[in-house]
Amino acid sequence: MSSFDPRRVRIDTPVFSRVINDRPIVYLDSASSTLPPRPVIEAMDRYYSGHHANVHRGVYQTANEATDIYEGARRDVGHFIGAPDPRHEIVFTKNTTESFNLLARSWGAATLRPGDVVLVTEMEHHANIVPWFQLQAERGIEVRFVPVRDDFRLDLTDLDRLLAGVKLFSFTAMSNVLGTRNPVAELVAAAHAHGALAAVDAAQSVGHQPTDVGAWDADFVCFSAHKMLGPTGLGIFWARADLLEAMPPFLGGGGMIADVRTDGFVPAHGPTRFEAGTPPIAEAAGLRAAVRYLTGLGLDEVSRYEHELTELALELLASGVGDRVRVIGPADAVDRGGVFSLDVEGVHPHDVAQVLDQFGVCVRPGHHCAKPLMRRFGLAATARASLGPYSLRSDLDVLVEALLAAIKLFG
Amino acid sequence: MANLDDLYREIILDHYRSPRNRGELVEATSRTEGFNPLCGDELVIYLIVRDGVLEDIKLTGHGCSISQASSSMMSSAVKGKRLEDVRHVIDRFKTMMTLHDDGTADAPAPEPDLRSDGELAALAGVVKFPVRIKCATLAWNTLAQALDEATA
Ligand SMILES: Cc1ncc(COP(=O)(O)O)c(C=O)c1O
Repeated sequence: MSSFDPRRVRIDTPVFSRVINDRPIVYLDSASSTLPPRPVIEAMDRYYSGHHANVHRGVYQTANEATDIYEGARRDVGHFIGAPDPRHEIVFTKNTTESFNLLARSWGAATLRPGDVVLVTEMEHHANIVPWFQLQAERGIEVRFVPVRDDFRLDLTDLDRLLAGVKLFSFTAMSNVLGTRNPVAELVAAAHAHGALAAVDAAQSVGHQPTDVGAWDADFVCFSAHKMLGPTGLGIFWARADLLEAMPPFLGGGGMIADVRTDGFVPAHGPTRFEAGTPPIAEAAGLRAAVRYLTGLGLDEVSRYEHELTELALELLASGVGDRVRVIGPADAVDRGGVFSLDVEGVHPHDVAQVLDQFGVCVRPGHHCAKPLMRRFGLAATARASLGPYSLRSDLDVLVEALLAAIKLFG
Repeated sequence: MANLDDLYREIILDHYRSPRNRGELVEATSRTEGFNPLCGDELVIYLIVRDGVLEDIKLTGHGCSISQASSSMMSSAVKGKRLEDVRHVIDRFKTMMTLHDDGTADAPAPEPDLRSDGELAALAGVVKFPVRIKCATLAWNTLAQALDEATA
């Protein structure tokens, strides 16, 4: 029996006590960043108050505690995504963007030759496009795109042809603009059938549905702590252990070496090879608490609840403002998460967001770092509302009320 | 708290709904593009400059109400003026849109000889919404660039 209660999550999340323009905050920007619950904030506080020390090189007690916390986070986040051997598979980075840069700069630069192809999709975030274009400019690789259909889903009719000559298929589990959820295991299998590896951008999915890298059969997975109720400043790069072991270091410095002499250096083994310098230890403590918190909620429960709320949101938007507001994303809640990119007829997204702010409603106007996708649909920008495990029906009611006000103001 | 009415004055909404001097100028002496990469706003300014006078100006592009209204008001304010007067209006507008380090802005000095001064003053409320300042200034920066090109 489900014990999941979004109101409980809301009580746990301090930002919800904020009042904006005399109204309680209506936070609908979780696709940009989720709000941390108190246990996450307290874990970071506790770390700085009771344990802070640099990791790995210490002998004294608190240094060992800090190391345990940091390595514990690696283990816990690994288990959270079904990683068989976190100690040899999880690299901590700064964010999803850095994880993709690590993939491109280390694995990509060591593996890809001129003419090799990296396949991405038209619905990718710039984080999974620009690093490949950088390699294209430097090494003459080819970057290819899987198109998106008019119904906002990937067009897979030509996938076999597109996969010819591909070394890596890198795609998102869920679009941060459309809300579309892609058939990850199916796409990974298609990549493997063509001898390509598969990388998954899990930034939008990891905090909202269960993740199992084994069931996906993926080779690389990238995501950010701050989109799963954790802190900013910490990203995760998961790779199959054998692939990670073969990747050369990307950033050089302290912490990533086995030996340094005056005539060269020997990199460390395992994930620390990619973690040069003092890592974000407090953030790792926060991520660990976020993982524990999400596990306590139950990702199946969160996913089921957000699915119901997504259905309701699509209904409310259609019945409340459907004559003036187009949702740029799948019209039904099947294989779709709680992200709603809104195109309001006659009102620019900036103006939409400005009026919504007056109602305490936080949405994001812009291209959402997915310009190829925006261009595909002939849009410069949308106003995007998105859900989290603390979102309520009342948030959607205020959203519709505020949208009506924006439409009225601009006539 | 900054009030929405400070931003969306009636005159601003009027320029947004019925922008002045929209379109292209086939016989333009210069054509200059402006972009706001953050919001995707785009603007093209066509000018006819002759004998030190900005004889005609037209604009195309898309953007939010503030950027559209600001470019429309700008076109009314500068059309037919001598270039030094145009530059003066641009300077005054930019001063009005400048936020000091303490978060305050200068009120626009009254200048009755500027035909559309009252209209432009309606944009003064934008400084209370700092993220929107770049929306209001896009057209003006692009015009300044167009004048530099036209007189280079
Ligand atoms: C699908 C997707 N990929 C990548 C990113 C980049 O994440 P970050 O900004 O944490 O690097 C985001 C977040 O904006 C995203 O939604």
